[in-house]
Amino acid sequence: MTTIAADDKPISIAILAMGGQGGGVLADWVVALAEAEGWVAQSTSVPGVAQRTGATIYYVEMLKPKDGQMPVLSLMPTPGDVDVVLAAEFMEAGRSMLRGLVTPDKTTLIASTHRSYAVGEKEVPGDGTGDPLAVADAFGVAARKTIVFDMQTLAEKNGSVISSAMFGALAGANVLPFTRQAFEAAVRAGGKGVEASLRAFGAAFDRARDGTPDKLARKPEKLLPDAPLSVGHPKLDRLLDRIHSEFPPVLAPMLYAGAKKLVDFQDPRYAEEYLDTASRLLTLDRNAGGETRNFGFSQEIAKYLAIAMAYDDVVRVADLKTRATRFERVRKEIGATGEQLVYTTEYMHPRAEEVVGTMPASLGQFIENRPALLKLLERLFSKGRRVRTGTVGWFLALYALSSLKPIRRTMLRHKREMAHIASWLEMASSLLPANYELASAVVGSRRLVKGYSDTHSRGQGKFDKVLSAVPLLKGREDGGTWLKRLVQAALQDEAGKSLDGALATVRSFA
Amino acid sequence: MAERSFAREVEDLKLGEGDLFRGEGILAITKALLQSGVSYVGGYQGSPISHLMDVLADAKPVLDELGVHFESSASEAAAAAMLSASVMYPLRGAVTWKSTAGTNVACDALTNLASSGVKGGALIILGEDYGEGSSIPQERSHAFAMKSQMWLLDPRPNLESIVKSVEDGFELSEASNTPVMMQVRIRACHVHGQFVAKDNKRPEFTIKEALENPVRDLDRIVLPPVSITVHDREKIEKRWPAAIDFIKSRKLNEWFGPDAGDVGIILQGGMYNSVMRALQLLGLADAYGNTAIPLYVLNVTYPLIDDEVSAFCAGKRAVLMVEEGHPDYLEQAVNSILRRRDINTRLAGKGVLPIRGDYTAAVLMNGIQAFLEEHAVALLGNRPPLPSADAVLADPKVKALNAVVPARPAGFCTGCPERPIFAAMKLVEQELGEHHVSADIGCHLFSILPPFNIGGSTMGYGLGPASASAFNVDAGKRAISVMGDGGFWHNGLTTSVGNAVYNKHDGVIMVVDNYYSSATGGQDILSSRADNPERSTNNSIVKAVKGIGAKWVRQIDRTYDVAKMRDTLKEALTSKEEGPKIIVASSECMLNRQRREKPLFSKAVKSGQRMVRERFGVDEDTCTGDHACIRLSGCPSLSLKHTDDPLRDDPVVAIDNTCVGCGNCGEVSEAAVLCPSFYRADIIYNPTRRDRFAARLRNAVIGFLQRRREARRVVFG
Repeated sequence: MTTIAADDKPISIAILAMGGQGGGVLADWVVALAEAEGWVAQSTSVPGVAQRTGATIYYVEMLKPKDGQMPVLSLMPTPGDVDVVLAAEFMEAGRSMLRGLVTPDKTTLIASTHRSYAVGEKEVPGDGTGDPLAVADAFGVAARKTIVFDMQTLAEKNGSVISSAMFGALAGANVLPFTRQAFEAAVRAGGKGVEASLRAFGAAFDRARDGTPDKLARKPEKLLPDAPLSVGHPKLDRLLDRIHSEFPPVLAPMLYAGAKKLVDFQDPRYAEEYLDTASRLLTLDRNAGGETRNFGFSQEIAKYLAIAMAYDDVVRVADLKTRATRFERVRKEIGATGEQLVYTTEYMHPRAEEVVGTMPASLGQFIENRPALLKLLERLFSKGRRVRTGTVGWFLALYALSSLKPIRRTMLRHKREMAHIASWLEMASSLLPANYELASAVVGSRRLVKGYSDTHSRGQGKFDKVLSAVPLLKGREDGGTWLKRLVQAALQDEAGKSLDGALATVRSFA
Repeated sequence: MAERSFAREVEDLKLGEGDLFRGEGILAITKALLQSGVSYVGGYQGSPISHLMDVLADAKPVLDELGVHFESSASEAAAAAMLSASVMYPLRGAVTWKSTAGTNVACDALTNLASSGVKGGALIILGEDYGEGSSIPQERSHAFAMKSQMWLLDPRPNLESIVKSVEDGFELSEASNTPVMMQVRIRACHVHGQFVAKDNKRPEFTIKEALENPVRDLDRIVLPPVSITVHDREKIEKRWPAAIDFIKSRKLNEWFGPDAGDVGIILQGGMYNSVMRALQLLGLADAYGNTAIPLYVLNVTYPLIDDEVSAFCAGKRAVLMVEEGHPDYLEQAVNSILRRRDINTRLAGKGVLPIRGDYTAAVLMNGIQAFLEEHAVALLGNRPPLPSADAVLADPKVKALNAVVPARPAGFCTGCPERPIFAAMKLVEQELGEHHVSADIGCHLFSILPPFNIGGSTMGYGLGPASASAFNVDAGKRAISVMGDGGFWHNGLTTSVGNAVYNKHDGVIMVVDNYYSSATGGQDILSSRADNPERSTNNSIVKAVKGIGAKWVRQIDRTYDVAKMRDTLKEALTSKEEGPKIIVASSECMLNRQRREKPLFSKAVKSGQRMVRERFGVDEDTCTGDHACIRLSGCPSLSLKHTDDPLRDDPVVAIDNTCVGCGNCGEVSEAAVLCPSFYRADIIYNPTRRDRFAARLRNAVIGFLQRRREARRVVFG
């Protein structure tokens, strides 16, 4: 039998990217680098339809020729036999592990921490984003070595694209037998945007060398500063005094956030009303033994009452759209520079309901009771409008609309919202003595009411549907947990299929 | 205009004797065609062979110089029929397409071509779209070779072998008067490698000569009784033996490893690299092609050479047949060769290897190990540890990733003009209920996936409306069918629209016109709007359907107008008029448009011209995080952002910098009455004096009012 010395093994590199991310460019650089250094390199990919936003794997192998013999290289990675995995997005790093491409005996995993959400994550009415910590957790199990930082942002900061940063990280990782100069020569030979590419390359090289990984979080920490003692305005200070004197300290940060939002939404007096209600409910909370539960009920009240009271109406939208800060933010977001001029066009579609909602309650009610009138309004007002906020005419129109703020309390919409809030709180507080957790969960269900027009009605519908389970859950100790589950289910999909399923479960045991 | 320019690749086509060609497999094939003295090339684009077509389309000067005629065929059937030029004349011709999808379309012509036989070499290059990354049903081209008696090449997947296979293919075709197919798998099409080039060759006999000296040979025309008495006999008695002789004498198949051994492996050429890797991992081969186990590599998988097969098997205890895909045509054939010659070598195949799916190195490693354990366990020696990720995959922390890592189905590109069509369809569904939707092949098929979830079937290119043809009875709802402009010209005009007109089909036909055959790389087609000096473009789809007899026809020239799309679709679903209701929804493919316009825009800005760029944004203050806009759009640039606001539970929508300003998100939110969060920002580059004057005036008024309000506003800092 012929004996075969299988000592020479090719270096294998898998690149996981999404269509349009430049994974091909990166693979080409790696190939050019290896070839320039006298190696034989082979790359393959499966573009096809994956080119359009799908996930794609590029695969490169390289080996030096030996005694005139050319190596036979594989066209696809073998699980457990990959030296380097480059993931151009964080969940793709997760995918590389799921595909068995990352193993602790040999694989260096180089991954960018930035997220590019998949449709399945984005379309969820709630928060459907995957948890990056799960990916980071698996690193320890799967990878020999990891180099993990936000290569997308680093590349952008250096005026380049992620492929240059990843190439720099690969060089910095010190896993290929080539010098930094050889890497840079490959970028230069590519010929396009060389300077910016090399800048990003260099920054990523250093970052990979310095080794400290990015701190990962699914989302930023919520900003909940302590309530200050005074801000120097009598009306606002009064609010602060109340927050500090009438409520336990654990509630103060959220009450401050709520009051802040409502002052901005309407006026200090409105925030007073908020504190009035919160204070009244705090008493009930105490009576129900809230102290031992860290005032969980009141915490939910502090948050969701503020959200409910700051409902989205035309006055609010007109106000937000005309602020100077908003003009500046837009410029910043779209990256306008220097002397460039920016004009925004808002896409608005008021319906008769919005028009009527802005009227004094009695007039609005009067019209709503007359379908013919309502129809006429619908014809007059209901159509898509392109509002050019940066022009004087349109600005004045929005400005005038936002000036209606002082009479907001008289409007039909306000009356409706207040009635809705009242019945919601009534239900919650009536449950409080018997089932604290369920009462708190009823408050939290308010999360479902959001959006405008149809979205708002749909949210309201789901809210009502979730609360329809309250009588079934009243007597159960785990009623609160179940109601929270229903809320989560309602946030899963638009049509409410998960919610229907969860409700059926509740009915089956209740 | 194709998706990208191949100007650089065209340079590679000019390489001469001794030059080192470095590049993609499919380009190597293109170069091989020119080195073989081909007279004409045709084909239909599609992954994985689109680049072959695109490079040739950009290579006119090179082709002109060599006197090669190239055309983008209207369909694979047209391409196959083109090979008819090689029937009477000693012209070398090659065509290419995606297989088996295209081979199915081409079958009519191929059958006749194979019956006639060829005088000049006729080569059919098949992009075998099988396994991971494939976009079509999983079938094998092998069956087509067998049924028509065409020869099938399956070269080892390195550039040198592939190029040699092209050259051999022409000769084999001529030696046996039979069209030859060469299959190249997806990865081999895209493999980057190298080979030593030869000079390009001018055809020895030109098309012009043929045209001016027509030949007519009754024996070569498919007409009974000739097809029965002459062709069928020729196939078996002349062409087949000739092919066998050629393949044998020219040693098209290859042998590796020791001459003798207890066991051996017979494999398709395309499987070579993976088999070598598997052997290497098992400690039975090195990285340079030296193997301890004899290999018989079939660079020609049809016909099999009985003598070679039996010589390889004789004296071995067992042989493994490595044949990807099913049915196991080769395994059956080898078995019957062994039976007929009474050779008692055991043949293993689909027993130790999976019946279906990709034969990756890992799959082959396990299969070969199982084979050796049964028949030659000593070869496995002291068993080096095999690569495996099983331990990692069994870890709970890795398993947990299954719940977190999202699927990434292909979807519409940023700014795609097809998105608003399906947003409008969703809005109509909300009003009129769900409808039966027959989809077709093309980018628009992505509507089947989230977030649109529209479309219930797809039957083939240009067959969308035809596949709705049964749904033509009186009912409360009408069928909707969708077809792209590519499918329309491929065969949809007759098979789908003509069929619907003739049978007075009452359904709605949506023709998605994006000015190109976009899914295959943005090639021009009959109705493309750009002027193409080489082709006739700007032929109207509306005129075509009217010409074939359609009465109710609506043209929408800006698909982004979601409200108009919705209303037109509603009208089509409710109109009393008889016959198909045809909506031609036209807007340029955004990928191609950006590629065309972006450089022009940058250049204009650089030269100081006043230019306006549009971009969309979302006001995060008014976005409530319901994401209805994403469910009606799904634009990749429409993303999410978590905020640090304690009063917001859910992430808000954010538009990233890849936005091309198509306006779809704004139009959708307006038509669906979603929310007022979307804004369009017009960024004026190099504003004129007038612009600046107007801006100063506006800022004065607006700024005054803003400052006044801010001063009065009572807020926490």
